[in-house]
Amino acid sequence: MTDTADRVVVVTGGSRGIGRAICTALSAPGTVVYFNYSSNAEAAKATTEAIQAAGGKAFSQPVDVATPDAVNAWLGGIVKEAGRIDILVNNAGITRDGLLVRMKESDWDAVVDINLKGAFNCMKAVAKPMMKQRYGRIINITSVVGAAGNPGQANYVAAKAGIIGLTKAVAKELASRNITVNAVAPGYINTDMTNDLADKAKDAMIGQIPLARIGTPEDVAGTVAFLASSAADYITGQVIHVSGGMYM
Amino acid sequence: MSVEDKVKKIIAEKLSVDISEVVPEASFVDDLGADSLDLVELIMSMEEEFDVDISDEDAEKMVTVKDAFDYIKNH
Repeated sequence: MTDTADRVVVVTGGSRGIGRAICTALSAPGTVVYFNYSSNAEAAKATTEAIQAAGGKAFSQPVDVATPDAVNAWLGGIVKEAGRIDILVNNAGITRDGLLVRMKESDWDAVVDINLKGAFNCMKAVAKPMMKQRYGRIINITSVVGAAGNPGQANYVAAKAGIIGLTKAVAKELASRNITVNAVAPGYINTDMTNDLADKAKDAMIGQIPLARIGTPEDVAGTVAFLASSAADYITGQVIHVSGGMYM
Repeated sequence: MSVEDKVKKIIAEKLSVDISEVVPEASFVDDLGADSLDLVELIMSMEEEFDVDISDEDAEKMVTVKDAFDYIKNH
C-alpha cells in the first residue's frame, strides 16, 4: 500500500512491535516518517533501517508522549521542518498489569498517562496544522480489551476504552476540515508486550481466537495503512478490530 | 491596507462571507454564521497575519468584528 508517498507521517512508539510494522507499512519512496521511542535506541535504529529499505526517510528521537511540552516541541518542530503532518498514528503504549485490589496508583497513572493522555497530547498538537492544510489522517491504536474488558488490566482497559471515546469525539469535531480519526483494535499480537505472558495464558488466549492463530504486527499495520490511504477517505470515527475474530 | 481592512479581509475569507457584511457590530456567530471551529481558525489566521499570540482567554472575548479590531490595535 503505497499511496502514502510524499506524505509526512508521525508514529508514536515506533521502535518495536506494532509501531515498527506501522512505520514500515507507511513508508514509500518520498515518505518522511518521524517516530519517537521511550528508551531503546537500538530498536529505533532497526526501525529506521526498515523505513529506509522501503524508500522512506526516517527521523527518530526519544519523546515522552505523556508530557505536553515535550510533545509540542517534537511535533511543532516537525511542522516547522517538514511544513505539514499528514498522518498521525498514536501507537505508544505500556502495560502495568495487576488485579484492581492490588493495583498501585502509580501503575494506574503511568498507563493512563502514556496510553490515553499521550494520544490526547499528540492529537491536540497536530489539530491546528491539519485544520490549516484541510487534510489529516489520525489513527489511534486501541485494543480488543478496550471493547471487551480483561481481568488484571483495569488501567490498560480503561485507557484503551478511553482511546475509543477520544477517537469518536475528535472525529466529529474535525470532520468538517477533512480530518478523519479512526481506531484500530488489535487482539493478541506477537510482540514483546505479549511475549511476557506465560505459556499457559498464551494457549488460553489462542483458544479464544476464531482464526486460531496469534496475529502479527503486519496484520495490524496493514489496517493502519488502509485507514491512512485514499481508499478510506470516507471512513471516520470507526474502530476496526484486527483480532482474528476474538471479539465481535 | 489599514489594519481594519486587513482584519476584515481575513474574516471575510475565513467565514466565506461578503466583505460588506463584515461591519464592526457584526457578531461572528450570530451574524456571520461562524461555528466554534471557524472561530479557532479565524484566531489562527490573525495570529499569523499580525504575528501575535492570542491567548484562549482573549480569544473567547472576541465576539464581534469590533472586538477583533480593538484587540489587534491594542497588541
